[in-house]
Formats: sequence, C-alpha cells, structure tokens
Amino acid sequence: MSAFLTVGNLSAVLRGNRQRVLRSVSFSIDTGEVLGLVGESGAGKSMIGKAILGILPSAIEIIEGEIVLDGQDLQTMLPADRRRLIGATAALIPQDPLTALNPSRRIEPQITNRLVDILGWSKADARVRALELLNEVHIDNPERVMASYPHELSGGMRQRVLIASAFAANPKLVVADEPTTALDVTVQKQILRLIRDLQQRHATAMVFVTHDLGVVSKVCQRLSVLYGGKFVENASVPDFFAGPTHAYSRALLAATPKYTDPDASLVPVDEAVIEAVAAEVAAADEEWRHAR
Amino acid sequence: MKLLRAILVRLATMSVTLIGAAVVVFFVIRVVPGNPIAMMLPPGASEDDIARLTAHYGLDKTLFEQFGIWLSGVFRGDFGTSISLRQPVMPLVLGRLPATLELAIFALVIAVVIGGVLALTGVRHRETRTETAIDVANGIGLSIPDFLWALILIVLFGVLMPVFHISGRISPSLDLPFVTQFYVFESFARLRFDLWWDLLKHMFMPALALAIPLAAIISQLLKQSLKETMHLDYVTLSRTKGYSENHVILSEALPNAMLPTLTLIGVQFTFLIGGTVIIERLFSYEGLGNMAIDAVINRDLPLIQGIVIVFALLFTIINLVVDMTYALLNPRLRHA
Repeated sequence: MSAFLTVGNLSAVLRGNRQRVLRSVSFSIDTGEVLGLVGESGAGKSMIGKAILGILPSAIEIIEGEIVLDGQDLQTMLPADRRRLIGATAALIPQDPLTALNPSRRIEPQITNRLVDILGWSKADARVRALELLNEVHIDNPERVMASYPHELSGGMRQRVLIASAFAANPKLVVADEPTTALDVTVQKQILRLIRDLQQRHATAMVFVTHDLGVVSKVCQRLSVLYGGKFVENASVPDFFAGPTHAYSRALLAATPKYTDPDASLVPVDEAVIEAVAAEVAAADEEWRHAR
Repeated sequence: MKLLRAILVRLATMSVTLIGAAVVVFFVIRVVPGNPIAMMLPPGASEDDIARLTAHYGLDKTLFEQFGIWLSGVFRGDFGTSISLRQPVMPLVLGRLPATLELAIFALVIAVVIGGVLALTGVRHRETRTETAIDVANGIGLSIPDFLWALILIVLFGVLMPVFHISGRISPSLDLPFVTQFYVFESFARLRFDLWWDLLKHMFMPALALAIPLAAIISQLLKQSLKETMHLDYVTLSRTKGYSENHVILSEALPNAMLPTLTLIGVQFTFLIGGTVIIERLFSYEGLGNMAIDAVINRDLPLIQGIVIVFALLFTIINLVVDMTYALLNPRLRHA
C-alpha cells in the first residue's frame, strides 16, 4: 500500500533570510511504521514534525516541496481544509506535559474536544471514548482524573493524558516530539512502552523526534539522522546499529551512553567530523542554489 | 471553616482600611486652611455670631474631641450634619451615590468592550498594520487624561455634531416616576425606554471620557498577555486538533490571558471612580463627585468626611470583588 505520509523535497527558510533551515528533506512513512528523526538540538528535527502538523512558527516559511498526508498535498489546500484534515487524521504528543495542557480547563474537555468539535461526536460518546483511553494508558480512577485540573496531576500522569488525547480520534499518523525528554528517568521507560504499545495496537504511522538513539532502538523501525536541517543518513534501525555508514552518524552513536556497558567512557563528537558534515551541507546548498 | 476564616480576615482588613481613611481625612481637611463658618456668614458678621455658630457645629472643641464625637456618631450610623446644606450627611451621600455608580459601571463596560475588542483584533492580526494601528490608538488613549477627553468629546459631539447631551443626568422637562436613585436600572426595569435612552444620552460622553484611558490600558495589557499565551504549548496543541485561529484565541488563550488583566481592571476601576469627581463637574452630572467638589469649596467638613468614607468603602468592596472573581476564574487558586 502507498505511504500514508510523504514529505518530498521540503525546504524552509527563516523569513527575510535566504539561509535554509530545512534542506530538501524527503521521506515517507507507511501505516504502522515508526520513523525516528535524530539529531542534535537545532538540527531541525522538531521543525519537520511541526511542518507536517501545520504549526510552524510564523517566522519560518516553507519555500519548496510537498507534504502529502492521506493522499492530499497540504501545501496546495485551503487553510481551513488543511486544518480539518490534520485534526482528523494526525495528532501530536508534545514534549513538555507541564505546559501542554490548558491550566484553566478540566482534563475531560481537553481529551474530548477534538472528537466533539471537529469530528462531530456526541458528548456522551466522546466521554465513553475518553474513559476507555484513560484505561488504555493505565490511569487508575479515570473518572476522577477527567474531572481534575492539570495542576492536580503529576508530570507522568499529564503525559499519559496527552497520549490518550493524541490517540482519541484514532489518528493514522502521530508525531511524537521528544515525548519523554521532560520526564523523570523512572517514568520515561513506562511512557515509552505505552506509546509503542498504543502505536502497535492501532497500527499508527509515527514520526518519533528524539535526540536519544537509545530510545530510537526501542521504538523505531527506521531512522533518519539530521544535521543542519539536512538528512545525512537514512537507515533501518538494525542496519544502523550494526554500523552507520555516515561518519557523523558513527560519531553520534559513539557519543550515546550504552545501557549494556555503563562504565564505558563517552566519546564526544570529533570536531573534524562536524566540519566535514557542515561542509557537506554547504555543498548541498550550493548545488541546490545552482539548480534553481 | 477555611472559607469562613478567610472572610473574617478579609472583613478585619477592610475595617482597618476604613478606619485609616477616616483618621486621615478627618485630620487632613482640618489642617488645610479655610474655615466653614466664614463661608456661611455674610461679610462683616460680628465676632459674637462667629463664636456662636462655631460652638453650634462643635468646632470650638479640640481636634481629638471633635474626632471622638464624629467617630462615635459614625458607629451609630450618624455621619453628622452637612454645614452648607444643613441636612444629615448620609442621606445626602447615599442619594448621590447611585448616579456615580451608574456612571462608573457604564464607563467600565465601555472600557472592557472597547479594550477587549481592540486586544482580540490586535492578536488576530498580530504583526500586521492593524496591530500597529491599535498600538498607536492605545498610545493616544493613554496619553490624554480623562478630563481632556471630556473636553474633546464635548467639542465633537456636543458642539460640532450635537448628538449627545453635555449637561446633567436627565432632561429636566421629563417627569420622573423613579422610587430609587438608580435611574438607568429602574427605567430599564420599568420598560420606560424613553427615559432610559435620555439617561444614556446624558451619560454617554462622561462615561466615554472616563472609559477611553482605561480601554487603552486594558487593550494594551490584554493584547500583550494574549500574544504571550499564543506561543504556549497548549495553544499549539489545540491548533493541531483542527481548530481555527479564532477559536484558539477565544477559548484556549483568552481564559488564561485575561487573569492579569482582571487584576489590573480592579485597580484601574478605583482610579476611574476617582476620575468621576472632575468628569461629573465638567458635565454638571449630579453625582457624588460633583457634590464632593461643592463640599470642598464650602469647607463642608462633615460632608467631605462622609463622601470620603463612602468612596473608601466602595474601593475596598471593589478589591474584594476582584479577588473573589480571580479565585473563581483561576482553578489553581480555588483550593488554596
């Protein structure tokens, strides 16, 4: 079957600046597949997720390329149609559960509002669905949680609520934007397992943005390594961990702590490798400018 | 239990505030030069007459004795007798208070509506010329004080385009069936829209003059906090759910962004009530502020004291209402 999401040759710039922040990014994801986007901070991995969901900051402008979601090109759609398509088929699991819930509203409407307002469910049906989801994310006493305000819940609980909310409308695509980064290490593992379980049970396509290669090895089937908004390596997870082909990927892998060997010393990414990959990005830019 | 305790503490602080206001006003107006007796008697009155009248109003006693007499009266609900009007102070003050309250509330409503609409429009069209225009308008609204707005409005809508009344509270030719002093509310309740409309035409310009600076402040602050809120994660998340920009602003950002504005409105509303003193004078509006100026001109000490106490009580009540509303709207404070 064809890919549920295809991103083709996507380039974006900071408004009023010719320097690209996304550099001809292309990938596609099938239903039930998880793609990891890996890179250091500022590499543009979150930006790709935001571009897919139509929530790029106003300072960033897509200048080229296409994002095809469920067979429809988002770039050519009317904004209102695009919003509705994204709301109905895709969802976001945000990075920081402490800031991603509206502090002045109870939990229930924050899970059910998309179902009721966008998809036209009845309030009663949406409530049943929300209770079901809270059970699925292993929240005890879901009735009480639904009537709570965000400040009454712990960070882990809030992230569970957000995951439940993301899967509420049976999305075909979920963008997980560093969903465990802001959590306690003890909670991280549970949340990660939860996301993977839900993803497998619902056969959701998923873009998993992270800087943690350890997380990628647990959740993803394929991964793409970014540097400066450009893909430097695309590989399947087994191949990648067996031996990355790109020097930068190798350096990144060597810089990741290994749970199997916690005493091994970490290797910082070599400056020569950074220079080489930066030069590669600059060369690609030159070629791109030439082609235009 | 906790609530009861909070209420008691609150009442105690309110009483302290009021007693403080009473002390300050009592002594300050007696330090200021000017003699009420001199204002009452014709020039050339004999020393004897002056002494007799001074004794009649108790002004020959020491300051502390006078204060004691006045305060003990206040606790019995007796605020003394107005020297210039020769009537008990409290009925006079309470008779004028509704006119001022109606004016202030009307001004507040205008300010919230104008300020709110400008803030929401500014956020909806942020980083465009519309926002710049709103910023300029806010700047003008803020930099011109209310009494100057009053004069500008009088020239515009009273003289050049005479659509509103510039003087008084209601047209003198009308028969007034009212039993309360809340004319606007009562005329509305009695479905006497002819009177209601006449009242509004009188109230509109003074209310607008009071409202413009407050509207500018509300617009500026609310727009700023809305803009900050629009960058927060929960707002972004609701965009991904398929909501329109308008919905995101109104139902996700606004309930949180309006909290700081609400506190400010409370403080600014008390300033606005202070502003009614001059504005009522400019429009010959028969409210408490206008009476306050007469009282000061006539050195009518008991009347000044009565008016100040009522204003002080009003301010403490406004603060209480603001705090309660804030707690009601902010779930994080509800259990505290």
